[in-house]
Amino acid sequence: MNINWGALASVAGVSLIGTVGLVGLFTVGIVGLSRQQQSARATGYAAFALCAAAVAYGIYLIVG
Amino acid sequence: MEHLTLLIGVVIVTALVFDFTNGFHDTANAMATTISTGALAPKAAVAMSAVLNLVGAFLSVQVAKTISGGIIDEKAGVKPEVIFAALVGAIVWNLVTWLAGLPSSSSHALFGGLIGATLVAVGAHGIHGNAIVMKILIPAVVSPLVAGVAAMLATRATYRIGRDADPQATSKGYRAGQIASAALVSLAHGTSDAQKTMGVITLALVTGGMVAPHSDPPLWVILAAASAMGLGTYLGGWRIIRTMGKKLTDIQPPQGFAAQTAAATTILASAHLGFALSTTHVVSGAVTGTGFGRRGAEVRWGVVRRMVLSWLITLPAAALVAGGATFVALQGSWGVLLVGLLGAAVCAGSWLVSMRRPVDHTNVNDVEELVAPGQPDTAAPEFDAFAADPALTATIPAPQPQTVQKEAAL
Repeated sequence: MNINWGALASVAGVSLIGTVGLVGLFTVGIVGLSRQQQSARATGYAAFALCAAAVAYGIYLIVG
Repeated sequence: MEHLTLLIGVVIVTALVFDFTNGFHDTANAMATTISTGALAPKAAVAMSAVLNLVGAFLSVQVAKTISGGIIDEKAGVKPEVIFAALVGAIVWNLVTWLAGLPSSSSHALFGGLIGATLVAVGAHGIHGNAIVMKILIPAVVSPLVAGVAAMLATRATYRIGRDADPQATSKGYRAGQIASAALVSLAHGTSDAQKTMGVITLALVTGGMVAPHSDPPLWVILAAASAMGLGTYLGGWRIIRTMGKKLTDIQPPQGFAAQTAAATTILASAHLGFALSTTHVVSGAVTGTGFGRRGAEVRWGVVRRMVLSWLITLPAAALVAGGATFVALQGSWGVLLVGLLGAAVCAGSWLVSMRRPVDHTNVNDVEELVAPGQPDTAAPEFDAFAADPALTATIPAPQPQTVQKEAAL
């Protein structure tokens, strides 16, 4: 029996970091846009753009 | 190129029926939290999920090409009758768990069916044991845990980052996040699960000599599988949506968003590395995990326990039904006909039983009549998770009586 622990560990690692990263980033975006200051809104838009890029990469992975 | 025989035609139709129950069973994966938090109206949610499942089915054929060859040995003499019996086993199990409102894995039902049917037809050498452990069993245990921990940490993170923000101002953002993450889960589901059916149909065509071994699924197969899954998704397995969205734990919009993102990330990460994991297991794990992430949220262990139990028995139970069905189907044309009739009877029976207490888009979120675990008598008429056993014995006129007994004993 040949169990590929390395692949399992990398799936677990990517899932944990990816999820917390995406959710954290998106929340920064939401909080940023809920404020009035120009700088906070800019941070918010930047965070959303990063999320969109990450999702696009995810779709690219399925198609590829 | 040979002619399309009647038997292969029957196998293709049965595969599409399975695909339909798969979409139907798994709508909950993508949309349960979106519906329960009110981010989308129930009908709009299932419509969106259906369209994305349809689109997802066209994205890739990688899984379809490896799905059958990886687990069972194509060269061991698998006949169309065997594939037919495997599909009937998977369909029967999907319908029974739907009736009980249990989010069990459609993929495990299909794998179990294929394994059971192959074991009976050609014996243990037709099965790749190593692939089963590595590609099915280990991911089945690990993936819900990983998704659960990821969802829990993400839930904590989002509540912490957003703790000073005005809830009114952030609610729109969370709603958008929920819709986007649910869309991603739908897309990933269409890609992975529709391909499983395409793989089975292609396998049937290969056994009939109509396409060359190791070829891509023909376009009409992709179209048919995508449409069957989209249609099943649109009709929606409302019973399972209710279990996932309302019963496991009470979900707030930030939690729904965190859970769906965890599920989508886990599915994509593992698909990229070649694990065929169950969307259902991942989403249920994530929903349970998010219940631990929010202070004051309560995870209902009774429901979690029943759900995990149904995961454990899905593969063996589908294998038993399929094994019995294979035995009968291999007796000749009358055997195939008998299996088909019994399968159709289970479908009709499940639908009739479900009509006694219908769950649909109008009442999917109404759970105030639910009773606490431990009072099975009041819940029984609902054919709920609480009443799994009566549903089993009442609705499986399986080919062999002993099959039913073994299942009930489990």
